[in-house]
Formats: sequence, structure tokens, C-alpha cells
Amino acid sequence: MKNINWRLASNHLILLIGVIFMSLPVWVAFSTSTHTAETILREGLQFWPGSNFIETYREVMFEEAGVMKSVLGITMLKNSLILGIGFAVGKVIISMLAAYAIVYFRFKLATPLFWIIFLTLLLPLEVRIIPSYEIVAGLGLLDTNFGLIVPLIASATGTFYFRQFFKSIPDELLEAARLDGASPWRFFVDMLIPLSKTMIAAILIIMFVVGWNQYLWPLIMTTKEENYTLVIGIKQIYQILSEGGELPQYQKAFALTIMATLPPVLVVLFFQNWFVKGLVESEK
Amino acid sequence: MATVKLNNIKKVYPNGAEAVCGVSMAIENGEFIVFVGPSGCGKSTMLRMVAGLETITKGDIEIDSKVINNVSPADRDVAMVFQNYALYPHMTVRGNMAYGLKNRGLAKAEINTKVNEAAKMLKIDDYLDRQPNQLSGGQRQRVAMGRAIVREPKVFLFDEPLSNLDAKLRVQMRIEIKRLQRRMGVTSIYVTHDQTEAMTLADRLAVINDGRIEQMGAPIELYNNPKTLFVASFIGAPHINLIPARFENKKLVCGNLKLPGFKNLPEDIELVLGIRPDFLRPDTKGQLEIQVDLVEQHGADNLVYGALKNSSNDTELCFKTTQNTLPDIDSNLKLKFEQKHAMVFNKSTGERLI
Amino acid sequence: MKRVQFEHSTIPYLFIAPQIAIIAIFFIWPAGQAIHQSFLLEDAFGLSSQFVWFRNYVDTIGDAAWLQAAWFTTIFSALVTFLSLGIALLLAVKANEVIRGASTYKTTLMWAYAIAPPVAGLMGNLMFHPLIGDLYKFFNAIGWDFNHKLDSFDAGFVVVLIAVWKQVSVNFIFFLSGLQGISKAVNEAALMDCKSPTRRFWTITFPLLAPTTFFLMVINITYAFFETFGIIDTTTGGAPGGSTNTLVYKVFQDGFRGADLGGSSAQSVVLMIIVLALTIIQFRFIERKVHY
Repeated sequence: MKNINWRLASNHLILLIGVIFMSLPVWVAFSTSTHTAETILREGLQFWPGSNFIETYREVMFEEAGVMKSVLGITMLKNSLILGIGFAVGKVIISMLAAYAIVYFRFKLATPLFWIIFLTLLLPLEVRIIPSYEIVAGLGLLDTNFGLIVPLIASATGTFYFRQFFKSIPDELLEAARLDGASPWRFFVDMLIPLSKTMIAAILIIMFVVGWNQYLWPLIMTTKEENYTLVIGIKQIYQILSEGGELPQYQKAFALTIMATLPPVLVVLFFQNWFVKGLVESEK
Repeated sequence: MATVKLNNIKKVYPNGAEAVCGVSMAIENGEFIVFVGPSGCGKSTMLRMVAGLETITKGDIEIDSKVINNVSPADRDVAMVFQNYALYPHMTVRGNMAYGLKNRGLAKAEINTKVNEAAKMLKIDDYLDRQPNQLSGGQRQRVAMGRAIVREPKVFLFDEPLSNLDAKLRVQMRIEIKRLQRRMGVTSIYVTHDQTEAMTLADRLAVINDGRIEQMGAPIELYNNPKTLFVASFIGAPHINLIPARFENKKLVCGNLKLPGFKNLPEDIELVLGIRPDFLRPDTKGQLEIQVDLVEQHGADNLVYGALKNSSNDTELCFKTTQNTLPDIDSNLKLKFEQKHAMVFNKSTGERLI
Repeated sequence: MKRVQFEHSTIPYLFIAPQIAIIAIFFIWPAGQAIHQSFLLEDAFGLSSQFVWFRNYVDTIGDAAWLQAAWFTTIFSALVTFLSLGIALLLAVKANEVIRGASTYKTTLMWAYAIAPPVAGLMGNLMFHPLIGDLYKFFNAIGWDFNHKLDSFDAGFVVVLIAVWKQVSVNFIFFLSGLQGISKAVNEAALMDCKSPTRRFWTITFPLLAPTTFFLMVINITYAFFETFGIIDTTTGGAPGGSTNTLVYKVFQDGFRGADLGGSSAQSVVLMIIVLALTIIQFRFIERKVHY
């Protein structure tokens, strides 16, 4: 019995250390963000929340020159939401349609087209970043939502998720539907979409997080402050901090960090089961 | 109601595998036909070709004397019950049954009437608003049947519909399917690998092997008069007794055992003597002797198993007897059979000789 | 592949067209451009260019800075992969064993998945800030002359730590679901056959997790190569002296900051080849199910 108790205690100890390792930085960031710039400069990082919470977050989110010269935090939040939601929705639509064609149709170019989609796995944005920028700039899409979102949504990951999922749907369902007189479009709308509900939800969640967290593409795509997302804003605030000047506004940097973290974290926590299921399914 | 005709149909897969190699048959109006055979024999492929789910490589299929090779599955007016039911998991029972009718553009009221009627017939009218995952296996099976019935198709197709049910339910549903088919009088094709199901359901039975029909006819005809070794051994439970033999000096020789009374058999080829367990009975003057090694008591009757004595190889025999006959293990027992019940097959071709 | 499919001459093309169109414009075209530019040398003003065959490649691979980045990338990827997998596996095994608080542990260990790498980078950056960063002060207080702005080892330490921190939760999620996927019967059989829990883990559990581990290794290497861009850009920016440049970060720096298009493109192409190799390995060993 003694042995088992020791083991149990050590298990909990290890897990607690893990939890602290994972959570403490974010907690400290939050606590520090609720203190004034003077306190932080004088005393360093803070473990306990201070009294400056409303003040800091109001300035960051709603006041001009709160963070940057012209853009409000709330505007960046809006831009981030547009990117996250647009990316997730666009990706689900595009990849579901493509996966449907690949799995459920026999057509001549199926194999080469599948390989073209597969090819995108070999071309992460990072390796084609400069020509991509030139092309988008050439098309006049810099600083547009279209130019921001569309080039990101064509990668193969979503298509593979759906392809895998469609393949797991029993063949007999299509056969039964065909005997029942369903056309390709009807089958898609009446069967596949309702059957994929959970899958769609899971992918929406994962892709929202991925979209929200995009960094490199928005960084080069947006030239005007009013188009910054929160994640890009952070980069800018950091640059302002390191440039020095008057009293460094560390609490604002931390506040913006928390604001950039909060929405995707909430989404993940709130839809935890779907999210985990969707993520793990991709392995198969 | 309809007639179905298969004219020398063939199925060759792109990889060259031949699943069905030239099958012809004519199915009468309202007939219940069962395709039976081991797995991979092509029986399901044939059924799916009738459904239009599998293309026909060669030959024609006719429904009501119209060739339907190029008619889409939905326009053939056939309905199918699948092995795993293939219920639409996101629709209620009512939705499942109504879907095919909706796609055919029937009016809502009419669909409702038909669904209710069919549901009543199958005793699933209490579950109409449930989803498939809230139903038991037997209930799902009924819904799958209901989905086929409401369509009032020309032909019912059943693809091993009972194989996912437990033994008790299978027998119950078997009886119900037969009754339902009688009542509705719809031409039906039923695929199974279970010979009991095949025997009990069929008006006519087609034993399929390697993409060909071995024999087709009324179940009892196939049981009494199999044309090939394959049919003899596939049909009938318990399994027919098979004893390797040769014909020498006008006697059938099985090891050291010489059986008189056989005529006109070819010498010098290997033969197989087949006797059904029902036609062996203990008799001191019996031609065969076994050493009993197992008695299975099934209730009304017993099955006795034992090794055939005086034969060169280990041949196991089985016979059926009454509840009260309980021979001792390891005892020797002589068994008698009537000459008319003995069948003799050519071992290599499987052809029936006597 | 489905046994039965629709046969239709136009509908499948309509369904697949949007994705193919976007891929053609935003993937294939730029990739082709990158390959094309990798063979060109532009003059200082970008007015004319000249076809120079493989000179950019030779220059790239022979360049000491590139070799340094390649070396750093290798070490960095190995460390990040090994450490984040190790920590995640330990936590997943423990989280799978405890009953009380299991779901709380699970939630608190996985939520960091949602944090963007650059955000993690910035957070780490402030923790290591010379004026206010407690970690900076702590390391110096225990006698480690810590300065990640000047010392390349310390800078490497910072990026590895942040990259590992960010990656633990993904690995944890996969390991935990892998562990939960091991059938109860197998665990019970092992319980009867082997007394030592440690031995049970290494002889039964770990081999059964092998597919997950392998999959995660590829994921983690890809992560260390590409997604850590945001961490490096917000923490060290490759400093000091390019010692924390990964190959990907260098492509960006040379192309955008240095405006060396040919060289940067050649580096991109080399990276594409590396990704190709990684993908082939991945599909050879785990995704054997792709039959096209």
C-alpha cells in the first residue's frame, strides 16, 4: 500500500510541476499587465494581480496611441477575428468540396489533381514567401482581407482531414442513397454535410486557432497599421519597447499578449472535446 | 412485381479478377430466390449488378423484359436491404423511410401514409421519431426493411441482411421476412452464406461457387438430389459424411472396407461416397463400423461422431439419432445405410455418378 | 477509394476547382518563381538579372553563415523534438495514471496549444528582459553570467526553452490519446505478466505508442524548422551575430531585409528539398495508407 501511495504522490507532483511550467508564464504575464508601468520598472514581474487592470486594458483596447500611433486594440481584435473566422470557414468549404470530389467521384484527372493538392504540403509558406508576396502585391491584394485569407486556405491539411473522414463513412450509405434516388448534390447536402457536423466543428476550431495565430503572412501582407492583427501588433509593441524612449509601457505589452492569447485559448477550452478529437483524427 | 432475367452476365474487375463468369437465370413473378455460397463466390456481386451498384462487364439483366444495364440504380425500381443496414445515421426512422420517396417527388401526405403503413406492418411505429443509434440491432434491421418496403419496388434485394443479428433474433427475423414476402408477393433476391437461411427462405435456391451456378432448384430438390460434390457438402446440416473410395472388382473400396451393391462406376479414379447423417442408423448388420468419440445432445435428437474403422485414412462419420440412443464413448457401433441414400461423386471433377 | 463512386463528367471538377485554382496561383506559381529566381543574379539595383546556373546554390551552401544556420537548425530541431516529446510523454503517462483531477490536469496541460508562437516568444522575451525579467535575474543570481543579447549559447537556450514550452501541449494531447487508445485488455494482460511498472512501460506501452511517437517526431521537426519562425523573430531575431538563425529565418532575412533575391530563392529551394525528404520519410513509415 505504501508503495502505491508514494507512486500516486509522485504522479501528482510531476503533473503539478508540469501544470506550473505550462501555466506560470501566462499567469505572470496577466498579473504583470494589471500593474502600472512604474511598479513594473521598480519591482519587476508580478505574481499577484494589481489594481491597474481596467486602466491598462481600456487604454490598450480603446484609446488611440494606447499602443501604436493610430490603431486601436479593438481594431486589431476585429482584424484577428476576421482572419481566424475567415480562414476557418474558407478552409472548411474549400477542402470539403475538394475532398468530396476526390473520394466520391471517378474522374479522369482525379489522381493528378490529388497530387497537386498533396504538393502543397511540400511548399510551406516560409519557402515561397518572397515570390508569394510579389504575386499578391502584383495583384493589388496587399492590405485586403481577400489577399490575407485566400492564399492561406488552399493547403492540403483540411482536404486530408475530410478525405480521411469521408473514407471512414460506410460505402453502403452511398449505395443506399443512390437506390433512394439521390443526386451527387443531394447526397452532399442531405448526407455528407449532416454526417460531418462534428468533423466540421472540430476543423473549424482547429483552423480558427491556426488562422488567428498566423504571423509571417500577415506580417508581410499588411503595411497599414489599421490592418494589423493582434499577433502582429505584439511584434510592433515589442519593437517600440526595445526602441526605448520614455517610460516603457510593459504592462501594455503584457495586456496585448493576454488579449492575443485569450480568444483562441477560450475556444480550445470551451470546445475541448471536439478540438482534441479533430486534432487526433488527423493522425490516421 | 416483376420478372428478372440474367442473360449470361459476367463481371471482370479492372485487375483481371473474374467475379462472375457467365450466369443465366430467369426469376418468376413473386418468386423468392436465394443465392447461397461461400464468401467470395460472387453472389453479392451478382446482387449488386442487379441493383446497379456494380457495372456489368458482359451480358444483360432484364427486369420485366426490359434490359436495364444502363439504367441508374435509382431508376431501376429496386430496393435493397444491406448487411450493415446502411441506415442514414443522422435521420430519424421516419426520415430514413421517407428519403427515397421524397427524392421521387411524392407528396408529403402520401409519404406519411406509406411510412405509417409500413411501420405498422413491421411493428416499428413506436420508434418513428428515434434515430438509428437509439435502436437495437433487431429494430435497425426492421427499419432497413421498412425503407425497402415503403418504396413498393418491383424487386427486393437482400444482401446478407441477418448476419449481424444474434442467433435467436436471426431465426425470428427469418420467419418474418418470409411471411412479409409472401404477403406482399414482391419478387425477391436474397444473398446469404448460411445454408439454413437459404433452405428455409427460398422458393428456389442457386448454389454459387467461383462465379458460377453449381445448381439451381427447390431447396429440397438440392438437398435430396445434389448434382455435385460441392452442392452436397454445402447444403445440409449437419454436414454430409464423405468417405474417400475407389471402385474395384465391382465393389466400392474404402480402405479395408469393401461395399457391395454399387454398379457401373469407373475404375481407376478416386471417388467419394456421400451419405447424409440422417440416413445412417445403428444396426448389427450395418456396412460401416465406427468407434464413438463424441455425442452431442441437441435435445430432441443426438448427433454421434466417431472414426470409421477399417478405412485407411482418418474418416470421421456422424449420424443423427433420437434422444434415447446414447452410445458409450469408445464403444464400437455398426451403422447401416440404404443403397438408395448413397451418393457417389467423382473426386476430381465433383460430378455426381450415382 | 470507395468501391462505388459517382460517375460524372463535370461535377467533380466543379467541386475541386476552387482549391486547385488557389493552389495554382498561390502555391505553384510562387514556388516556380522561387526556382526560377534561384538561377538568376540581380544587379545591385534590381534592374537587370542574369542567368547564372547553380552559382546561387554553390554560394549558398558554401557560405559560412548558411552552414552556421544549418548547424543551428539541426541542433535546435533535435533538442526541441527530444525535449518536448520527453516532457509530454512523461506528463501524458502520469495524467493517464491518475484518476483524481485527471481532466483538470488534461485541460491545464493542453491549453497552451492555442498560443501563437510569436506570442509565446514575446512572453518569453519579457521573462528574460534584462530590466524586469525574473528569469534573467534568477540565472544571474545563481552565478550564470546570463546574457542572451550577447552570448550565443544563452540566446540558443532561450529559443529552445520557448520552443519546447510551446510544443509540449500538442505532443501531450497526442500521447494521451495514444495511451487511451491502448486497449484495456492489453493493459490488464500486462499487469498479470509483469510486476514492475517501469518495465511494463518500456516493454508494452512504449512499443505500442511507437506509431504516435514517430508521427510526432515528424511533426516536431517540421515545427522546429518552420513554425518557430515567430519565436525567433520576436526573441533574438537571429542575434547575436546570426547564431540563432534557423534556415527558414535566414531565407526571410536575406530576402526581405537583405534583398538578395537569388540567394534567398536558392535557400528556399534547398528547404523545399528538405521538406520533400521529411515528407517522404513520413509517408514511407506511417502514412502507408495513401494509395494514389
